[in-house]
Amino acid sequence: MILCFWRTRSIREETVFAEQEVREIHYIGIDIGSTCAKVAVINEKNELVWQAVKPTGWSSVEIAEELRLLLKEQGIDVETEPCVATGYGRVSVPYADKTITEITCHARGAAWIHQEQDIAVIDIGGQDTKIIVLEDGRVENFMMNDKCSAGTGRFLEIMANSLALRPNELCELAEKGSGVSISSMCTVFAESEVISLIGKGEAKENIAYGIVESITDKVVGQCRKIDLNGKTICLTGGLCECEYIRKSLEKKLRMPVLTSPLNRYAGAIGAALSVRKSGT
Amino acid sequence: MANYVEMWKDLGMDLETHDALCQVLPTAFGDVYLSQENRPESMDFWDMVVADIHGIRPAELIEAQKNGQKVFGTFCIYVPDEIVIAANGIVTGLCGGSQFWVSGGEKVLPKSTCPLIKASVGARLDRTCPFFRIADMYVGETTCDGKKKAWEILGRDVPMHIMDIPQMKREKDIRKWAEEITDFAAVVEVFTGNEIEPEKLKEAIHIVNEKRKALARVFEARKAKNIPISGKDALLMMQIAFFDDPVRCAQMTNRLADELEQRIQDGASVFPAGTKRIMVTGTPMAIPNWKLHHIIETSGAAVVCEETCTGTRYFERLVDESRETLEEQYQALAERYMGINCACFTPNTGRIEDILRLAKEYNVDGVIDVNLKFCCLYDTEGYTVEAALKEAGIPVLGIETDYDDADAEQLRTRIEAFVEMLG
Repeated sequence: MILCFWRTRSIREETVFAEQEVREIHYIGIDIGSTCAKVAVINEKNELVWQAVKPTGWSSVEIAEELRLLLKEQGIDVETEPCVATGYGRVSVPYADKTITEITCHARGAAWIHQEQDIAVIDIGGQDTKIIVLEDGRVENFMMNDKCSAGTGRFLEIMANSLALRPNELCELAEKGSGVSISSMCTVFAESEVISLIGKGEAKENIAYGIVESITDKVVGQCRKIDLNGKTICLTGGLCECEYIRKSLEKKLRMPVLTSPLNRYAGAIGAALSVRKSGT
Repeated sequence: MANYVEMWKDLGMDLETHDALCQVLPTAFGDVYLSQENRPESMDFWDMVVADIHGIRPAELIEAQKNGQKVFGTFCIYVPDEIVIAANGIVTGLCGGSQFWVSGGEKVLPKSTCPLIKASVGARLDRTCPFFRIADMYVGETTCDGKKKAWEILGRDVPMHIMDIPQMKREKDIRKWAEEITDFAAVVEVFTGNEIEPEKLKEAIHIVNEKRKALARVFEARKAKNIPISGKDALLMMQIAFFDDPVRCAQMTNRLADELEQRIQDGASVFPAGTKRIMVTGTPMAIPNWKLHHIIETSGAAVVCEETCTGTRYFERLVDESRETLEEQYQALAERYMGINCACFTPNTGRIEDILRLAKEYNVDGVIDVNLKFCCLYDTEGYTVEAALKEAGIPVLGIETDYDDADAEQLRTRIEAFVEMLG
């Protein structure tokens, strides 16, 4: 299983039971992404009670069942508690009362995490990248990559693989590199570009640098097509844990880019918040 | 279903490959159309036509050819049907809307050609569509670079006449289009052996106007608060209008409009109250391209209007029926057709005005502006369309897609998110 491996430490930490006392009503948000499945539970005071992340694996249905059992261990019964599912696997959660797209959920989650109703969200997920602009807490505009996987988490994973690195190691290494650019937008062609660079004996950190540059260039290019209106920018999704990616985006956008350890749960948190909003 | 195998054989079709197409179409139609609830009963006519789409109408056309009539295949709503009808000819649309034909087109065309052109060329060269076999002459036009060059390839296989569409809309361009129509009339006269007389042309103009009025009635009904017909069904009606006999088309469409008007009175709707109203703008959707409408209408929204060639552009505005001489009639035709706001013109401010007007008339909650992949004209104009809609405070989602389903789930996420945004 190559998925999610750069986050194994945090998974272990977060699956340890939360210490908060169990409250009467729980609002469950489930975000089944292409790489990782996230669950978040909020209480009636809109406080985050518990969250966890698991690799999605090959079956959305199986991971949904796994999350159900994890919730049960927490004393939370998905059959009686309201639940919203999001992410590409949202339709595979049999116990969800409703599905809402990850675009709406990431927006709501990010606004909640950063306590900011006017915010622009850059969500770099496993298979797509979205730029979402909020106005008064509502999605005002969004853009999603529709051409290919360039500029996504999957791109980073595949490139890291060809360097025999974990994605987080690649990001750390990239900070020390320079001088290389990966010009191909196609993941398959970019991989052969990387392999040729390896063949030429190019230093690993320089190749890593070129890979991260390629991702952030693509994301920044997407940002330029949408009016960010000088809003606060935050980074959500799996890649928000790669500090160098955040820094590189900040430099290219010439704007501060916020993130937090909770940002990878933005979709799940947004889904949980949506339970209340939609009165499910 | 009647047995049309002999007919297809006589047409020189590739039966084996054609069988594969015949096998997928009923399933697709069942999934997309027959799964809908509370459809207008009058849609039974279109269901029947689709069930035998390569049988009933082709058989009629062949019968007409036996009686000496000529069939003209067209690809663009700028080509005036009236001229052909006045010379006792028959027009049939030839635009390909299925991924099935794309690979055939790619044998001779660059991959970076729009799927509509690739499918149309593929359907002819692979001999898998009876309409493409039946047509005695193809009438092309110069709407885009892809088409212009594709005609040169198709022209080796079938007689072609090309009409040169102006690129601007000045007085002299309208006069030029009238000249093109005059030249086309001469070609049609020679090809059919029938002279076009003012009386016959007047009658033809009337026939096509009646068809336009009928289609417009159905669209008028879609403006109602309770939406009496799904976008998918309205799209199907439009798609078949390109193939059907114009008099029968008007008759069946009026029958549908009667039912829709009754539904409005009865407060009947195919969607729950509060369903978000979407207008689709952009490139045409040739049969059986139902992809985008199906995704929209299974994502909690309804399509209430199409500002496309398979929508309002096809029927809006009538040709002046009062002109008496051929010269005046050709001018009247040119005036009407040059009022179609296609992205091949520059500037094309009329289209932006149309979109803003239609958004208001159909009381839409949002617009989905779509272009077929590699349609440079609509893709580029999308920038202006989106800017104008945003300025008017109308939410808009830009989409580029083609016929295959590879992006269907991604599109669904974007469209669902757009609908959530409207709520």
